[in-house]
Formats: sequence, C-alpha cells, structure tokens
Amino acid sequence: MAETGFSCPQTREQVINMYFLEHRAKLLDVAAFLDRLDRARPTASNVDFREAALNEAVRILVDGQPQRAKRILDLLSDSTTEIPQSAHGMKGASGAVRGNSGGAS
Amino acid sequence: MKYIDPHVHMVSRTTDDYQRMALAGCIAITEPAFWAGFDRSSAQGFFDYYRQLTEYEPRRAALFGIQHFTWLCINPKEADDPGFAREVIALIPDFLKCDNVLGIGEIGLNKNTKNEKIILEEQIALAEKYNQLVLVHTPHLEDKRKGTRLIMDALSASKIDPGRILIDHVEEHTVAEVLDRGFWAGMTLYPDTKMTPQRATDVIEMYGSERIWMNSAGDWGCSDPLAVPKARIEMSRRGHHMSLIDKVTLDNPRTFLSQSEKFVLKAE
Repeated sequence: MAETGFSCPQTREQVINMYFLEHRAKLLDVAAFLDRLDRARPTASNVDFREAALNEAVRILVDGQPQRAKRILDLLSDSTTEIPQSAHGMKGASGAVRGNSGGAS
Repeated sequence: MKYIDPHVHMVSRTTDDYQRMALAGCIAITEPAFWAGFDRSSAQGFFDYYRQLTEYEPRRAALFGIQHFTWLCINPKEADDPGFAREVIALIPDFLKCDNVLGIGEIGLNKNTKNEKIILEEQIALAEKYNQLVLVHTPHLEDKRKGTRLIMDALSASKIDPGRILIDHVEEHTVAEVLDRGFWAGMTLYPDTKMTPQRATDVIEMYGSERIWMNSAGDWGCSDPLAVPKARIEMSRRGHHMSLIDKVTLDNPRTFLSQSEKFVLKAE
C-alpha cells in the first residue's frame, strides 16, 4: 500500500490559499510554546524527554523529505519489544518515549 | 446528505447530540462497548451497561430516526485483571442474541501487557466461536504502533477472515500495515489525540478509499459527534467528488457492517 503521487485534487497554490493562515497560526503556537519553556524555571538538570522528542520532530518538518507526519509518529512511538505482565502502576500514555527509544518503523 | 458514524459512544452524549447528528444526515450509528472513564467495581456493572446498549440506547436514537447498533466486549483498559475480565466475558454470549448487536468490540490493547493480550485472545476466540464481526481499539500515542502490530499478530493467529475485522484509530504510521494485511481500517476524528478531518482526508488521498472509514468516537472526553460530517465538508472543499465522500462515510461502513445480517438500513 504505497503513497501515490499528486493525489490531492488541488494545486499547490490552492492548498496554500486554503490552509496557510491556519498553519501559520499552528506554527506560531509551537514557537510560543518553545518560548514559554525558555521562560520557565527548570526543575531538573536533564531536558525532559518530551521536549527532546519535540525538538527532534521539528527537524523532520524542515528536512524536505516526504511522509513527515508518518515519520514524526514513528519517532514518537515505542520501539521496544518487551511485553510487561500487567499495567499495574503504569502511567498513561505521554505522547513520546522516555529514553528516546522511539524511531524507525 | 446521509452518513453513518460507525464508532460513537452515545451513552456519554446528550440527547441534543442525537438531534444534531440527525440534522447533519446521520442515519445509523454503531456503538462499541468501552471504558467509562472509571473502572467498574463488578461484572454486574457491565451487565447493566450491556442492557443500556441493547435496550435503552436504541430507543433514544430512534426518537431522531437514527438506527442504533452496538458491539460488546470488555474493553482493554479494564482487561488487565484476567479473572475479572473472564467474569465479564461470560455475560456476553446471551447478549449476542440481541437484534442490534453486530459483534465483539472494541477489543484490543491499552498498555500492551501480557494480561491484556490474554484477554484479547480470549475475546477473539469468542468472536470466532459465535461467528461475529470484530471491532478493534488500538492504543493511544506512543503505544499505538507496537500495540497495533501485537493485535494484528493475535488476529492473524485466529481463523477469522481479516475482511470481517476493522482495526480502528489508525494513523499515518499504522494505516498501510493494517490495509496490507487485509483488515479494514478506521480513522477516528478526535480533536486532541487522534486525527483531524484534514489529516484523515490526507490519508484517503495517500492510501486510497478501499476498506477504510471515518468515525467520531464521540465520548465523555473532548470529542465531536459531528466530526464525520465535518470531514465530508473538508473533502468537498478540497474538490473531492461526492461519490468518494459518500464511499468513505456511507458506502464503506455499510459494506463492512452488512456482513452481519442484523445490519439492515431502514432508510434505504
């Protein structure tokens, strides 16, 4: 099941006309979030694993390669193969992988 | 305009939502059994929930001309205690006889544990024994890719035709593998943790419209019972043909669900 070529019915110009402002705003949200982090007092010496994952994901946005959404989701996915016996004591999903073990599909 | 929302938890929604969905063109919904936001203290709690899904909720939907169908199971979040889960599973066969029960669901994994997997396999066996359709929940966020693969392996070990199984909550990193292995795929349109109508439309453009549907999974969390008609608008404004829009929001759900003889649409 492969991604097809020009499968969006719109031209690039039409896509930009329709979505630019919406995604300009989303990009500014990310920028403001990173600024907010800079202004917040650290509580640990290490960078939080979620912050590190987000910084790595941002690099995918600008690498010019296709399938950015899939690759970011892969980056943020658990790549371990161990299966714990029980969920007892586990926290809920956090959206990124502690120890940066997320990655390749 | 008509559409089916094949995954929505109406027990958590108000009657106003039924009205709004009807106004937007919803003709039928299917409601999988799920986690209520808290762990139930006894199997009796599930017995009452199954009665709600098979007796009360269809009547509430019918007030607005919407047909209500359901799926029964113990959800993966409450399946981590196998002894308790088996007490609940024992209740299910009697309810499978109800007119609006289409199959077993939404079964799957939550934190990808051995206990959850044992109960998943036992519920797959239940579906196989009673020749039921299967609706699958895949884990959230970082647990999704690993969990989806574990679930597909468990399903492939059974004799159930993958064409009778829908794996829900797919995203860009899981959809291709689900479709390649012969299963149906569901995209959940959810404001925070799952997909937007825009991304779901992207997936249709990238991976095609065969064996795939969209649903709102509207529930007690931040969710939108009108997500499916909003996705229809998104596809339309991009210039997609109405036949494609109808295919993924009406025809495909009908095709999959009609594999159960109980799924007969009165509106047609």
